Amino acid sequence: MADTFTLEVVTPTRLVVRETVSEAQIPVRGGYIGVLPGHTPLLAEMGIGELSYHVGGRVFSCTAIGGFVEVLSDRVIVLADRAERAEEIDVPRAQAALERAQRRLATPNDPNVDWKRAEEALERAQVRLQVAAKAGAASVAAGSH
Amino acid sequence: MPTLLDFRRRIRSVKNTQQITRAMKFIAAARLRRAQETATSLRPYAAGIREVLRSAMSRIENPEQFPLLTQRPEERVLVLVAAGERGLAGAFNANVLRRAFEFLREKNDKKVEVIPIAKKSRDAFAKRSWKIAAEYVDVTTRADLGVAAKIAVEVMKIYESHQADSVYLIYNEFKNVMAQTLRVEKLLPLERAALGEPLKDAPATSSTDAVDYIYEQPAAEIFNKLVPRYVEIQIYRMLAETSAAEHAARMTAMESATSNASDVIDALTLHMNKVRQAAITREIIEVVSGAASAG
Repeated sequence: MADTFTLEVVTPTRLVVRETVSEAQIPVRGGYIGVLPGHTPLLAEMGIGELSYHVGGRVFSCTAIGGFVEVLSDRVIVLADRAERAEEIDVPRAQAALERAQRRLATPNDPNVDWKRAEEALERAQVRLQVAAKAGAASVAAGSH
Repeated sequence: MPTLLDFRRRIRSVKNTQQITRAMKFIAAARLRRAQETATSLRPYAAGIREVLRSAMSRIENPEQFPLLTQRPEERVLVLVAAGERGLAGAFNANVLRRAFEFLREKNDKKVEVIPIAKKSRDAFAKRSWKIAAEYVDVTTRADLGVAAKIAVEVMKIYESHQADSVYLIYNEFKNVMAQTLRVEKLLPLERAALGEPLKDAPATSSTDAVDYIYEQPAAEIFNKLVPRYVEIQIYRMLAETSAAEHAARMTAMESATSNASDVIDALTLHMNKVRQAAITREIIEVVSGAASAG
């Protein structure tokens, strides 16, 4: 049995990741699933979260928002609505989006607030910041050696 | 005999035209770059969703429970015809429309409805007798996923309410800058065959694997989201390909118009110089013969 599988993350606008990986954590709608080579075929809807994958002992991560994932024994295709690698995240923009969403959610009785949208925006911003922060910490750690 | 002034005027007029065609060429080239990028960067996703759907369909039991997969006898046909937004693109619009009319005549024994996409298509169908189900204009200059989603919703509504038993797409696919490929594709109902063979780079084991899926959610729930997404992406792809093909066709057409204008200018200039030379020669002869008779 091979000890790696192919991971592809694509969005309608581009190919985000195509790598041979040994392990991946994928945010599906109900939570995270861990995928190792030889996983049972699975089809699921994607949630909003951090998708991390191991390439040659190093861990990389990207955001993945919405869409679908198909897991086969030697291949995983993530058809995300949106996805970006850690280094592509616009941190100030995500920060601003986070604050905006928090402000909206802080006014519980405002009829102008679309709750579902605001909650999703909050979640998206949190994931982006989380992924960006992790990547930042990793590069700082690598630099200090 | 045209005078020198007539030639100068004509040359100036052709030059003005050439300036316009050259400008249009550059605009088309700039738009093409962007449109081509949209079209090519969509391809991995389109291939991916097709692959997922294909392998999911081969595993699903009784596909009849999903309306978008149900095969019905084809009595009513819906056809989406995507042309360009504007002319001056060579045979671009004429080709796709000719193919569409041909196709519609083939389906003459059925009830046919058409959704023209982009202005040239709408204008062409406005003059004909086919029934128009909806129309979308200003959508191919820049392909937009939101617009594609809107069209997809309309198409699926028509299909699910049994107003159409099958849906076809007719459009130009961007092949390269010089050439477009005319495509006629069946969009609905989804057929396993239409989803094609497994991707070439897909390892063989994944396709022969007949193991059942684990579904994180009920299969029907995922399918009911995956299939509309596929329809949406197919329509988006049609818009993106049409857009790239249209800009490419216009760029090529304007390129050749510009070089034709150069040829015309050269020919006119040559002619003008001959006329001028003739006039000078005549004047010299007059002066010489005048001098001779005076002497």
